[in-house]
Amino acid sequence: MSSDTDHIEKVTSQDYEWGFVTDIEQEKLEPGLNEGVIRFISAKKGEPKPLLEWRLAAFEAWKTMEEPDWAKVGYPAIDYQSISYYAAPKNDDDRPKSLDEVDPELLETYEKLGIPLHERAALAGVAVDAVFDSVSVATTYKGKLEEMGIIFCSLSEAVREHPDLVLKYLGSVVPVRDNFFAALNSAVFSDGSFVYIPKGVRCPMELSTYFRINAADTGQFERTLIVADEGAHVSYLEGCTAPKRDENQLHAAVVELVALKDATIKYSTVQNWYPGDKDGKGGIFNFVTKRGLCKGDRSKISWTQVETGSAITWKYPSCVLKGDDSVGEFYSVALTNNHQQADTGTKMVHLGRNTRSTIVSKGISAGFAQNTYRGLVRIGKGARGARNHSQCDSLLMGSTCGAHTFPYIEVKNRHSEVEHEATTSRISEDQLFYLRQRGIKEEDAVNMIVNGFCKEVFRELPMEFAVEAQKLLEVSLEGAVG
Amino acid sequence: MNLLEIKGLEASVGGKPILHGLDLVVPMGEVHAIMGPNGSGKSTLSYVLAGKDGYEVTAGEVLYKGKNLLDLAPEERAAEGLFLAFQYPVAIPGVNNMYFLKAALNAQRKHNGEEELDAVDFMNLLDGKLELVGLDRDLLKRSVNDGFSGGEKKRNEILQMAVLEPTLSILDETDSGLDIDALKVIADGVNSLRAPDRSTLLITHYQRLLDYIVPDRVHVLARGRIIKSGDRHLALELEERGYAWLLEGSETGA
Repeated sequence: MSSDTDHIEKVTSQDYEWGFVTDIEQEKLEPGLNEGVIRFISAKKGEPKPLLEWRLAAFEAWKTMEEPDWAKVGYPAIDYQSISYYAAPKNDDDRPKSLDEVDPELLETYEKLGIPLHERAALAGVAVDAVFDSVSVATTYKGKLEEMGIIFCSLSEAVREHPDLVLKYLGSVVPVRDNFFAALNSAVFSDGSFVYIPKGVRCPMELSTYFRINAADTGQFERTLIVADEGAHVSYLEGCTAPKRDENQLHAAVVELVALKDATIKYSTVQNWYPGDKDGKGGIFNFVTKRGLCKGDRSKISWTQVETGSAITWKYPSCVLKGDDSVGEFYSVALTNNHQQADTGTKMVHLGRNTRSTIVSKGISAGFAQNTYRGLVRIGKGARGARNHSQCDSLLMGSTCGAHTFPYIEVKNRHSEVEHEATTSRISEDQLFYLRQRGIKEEDAVNMIVNGFCKEVFRELPMEFAVEAQKLLEVSLEGAVG
Repeated sequence: MNLLEIKGLEASVGGKPILHGLDLVVPMGEVHAIMGPNGSGKSTLSYVLAGKDGYEVTAGEVLYKGKNLLDLAPEERAAEGLFLAFQYPVAIPGVNNMYFLKAALNAQRKHNGEEELDAVDFMNLLDGKLELVGLDRDLLKRSVNDGFSGGEKKRNEILQMAVLEPTLSILDETDSGLDIDALKVIADGVNSLRAPDRSTLLITHYQRLLDYIVPDRVHVLARGRIIKSGDRHLALELEERGYAWLLEGSETGA
């Protein structure tokens, strides 16, 4: 036992050593949002003055903005004054005391996904003595990255260690006034990741938030900034397949990507926040702004997402293709079951010459869920030779769910090509019968058909993620047919 | 021993009665052909036997290996060795043909308490079968029946049959729309599976297939029941005279 305690102590002190955690005082702000709150957050994090001013400007902007209502989702009004904007690290009193207090269905899902026992508690938000992340793994590879000049740390740390770099790019892709939720995030963002890949460097491994110990408590107003300098390559993974419990119902994250000349950024997400129970009670509202700027010529940004969680998803990972010959990609699987609602898609804004974009969206809807694809392809005046291909497929399971497709196409240049294909289908009885006639159980047959439907997206995911994503879809669809 | 015994089978599709008291016995080890005019209920019979949703049995019984077949789910029937080669095999986009075939075989093996085959053993097994049906290996890398030609789809059905080695194979007009070379391939596939512990039910429009697969018995299905049975010469007679002479004497079912 004592050796366990030693180990835990060692682990927790290591957190410190690497500066992953900014503040361990158990402090929590009373609910409400005003200038004082923002000053408090900024001071708490020891931020430089320009960043505080940036936050305050965002707050001023936010106060004048309206919450968007154009998405095809419905939810009760959010009272922004009832939210606490500084709660990290989480107070143990607010957490379930043990796994006994956690939704048994959530635990069952962990079981099915094969999540190790000790991780289940952390994922379910149970107060545990130490977060059992792979500290040793993190520390080993961090050294290796540093040797190559790669910066990968929490945004708070980056603000302290590399303020000029952060301030140069923060808000350069998603301006504070961009939209209501982005403005809110800019004012109060808690933490997130910062990545900088120097010129000509190819990041030797997939960067993943999983290895960032304190990532667990930054969910609510997460902010991520990734900069790939000229000729740099990076692949970044966000999220994990385990359904994650969070007491904060509103999530308004912002992710900004900047790719300079000849740089490539691949950003993969598996989003599986708590979707609420079968009757649509609880669940996360996920209002996310993700945008990448292909700033330099021949740069490339690729978004791949597998969205299965959250009660409401409002998310449009986008690419601004500014550099000539730059490339934007969006591959998405969005699955909604029970009473989940998703309004998701992308924006491809072509500004440079010969810019190319590809959109592949697969929406799967079951139960009483509503699943909407919303995508914009804009070809600017100067985007001579631009090309886009969009493909949006929807799969319906049962007769009480809905699938919707809203493609917006704006072309201001005659020397460009835009293609859009869309299909909506049901899982066909004939396909199911065919597979069952070959001895494959009905549930397995459904999974096989759904995975086949998503294949074009799954093959864009890094190998390990792809396997997990398949499994995740299976678990998320359980009971959807039959 | 009789592998399949159908007694007084009545079945409806969408409330419309199609089979009107069908009787049929297929002993173990025999190949039986079922012929009949359009709309006589041939495909309905094959779907009822395989257990497709929407094909409702209203009377009669079906014994398979001496047990009530109608109690079993479609996948259980399949695992018990009942195989239906479809007239119109459906495409399943994105599902790799080889992966599907392996999943099907292993589902059956699992059901029978046998060890599942790994990829290497499966490939070895497959090599011989591919040759048998004259299919290119590339077809295994594609999605199930997706973009296959008519002939490729039928050969793919026979490949599945060869791999699964069913106890009872039902071929639902597998010969329709095939050229003579493809027809021979199908026939070779079926003939190679002929064994004392296996039976085949050939549903066909034409006598042509029976030149290559010589049946032990031939049955005429019309107006939802078997109206005549005989040996292979019955097929030749039907080829010559058509069905009209048989239909005159038969009454319509209830």
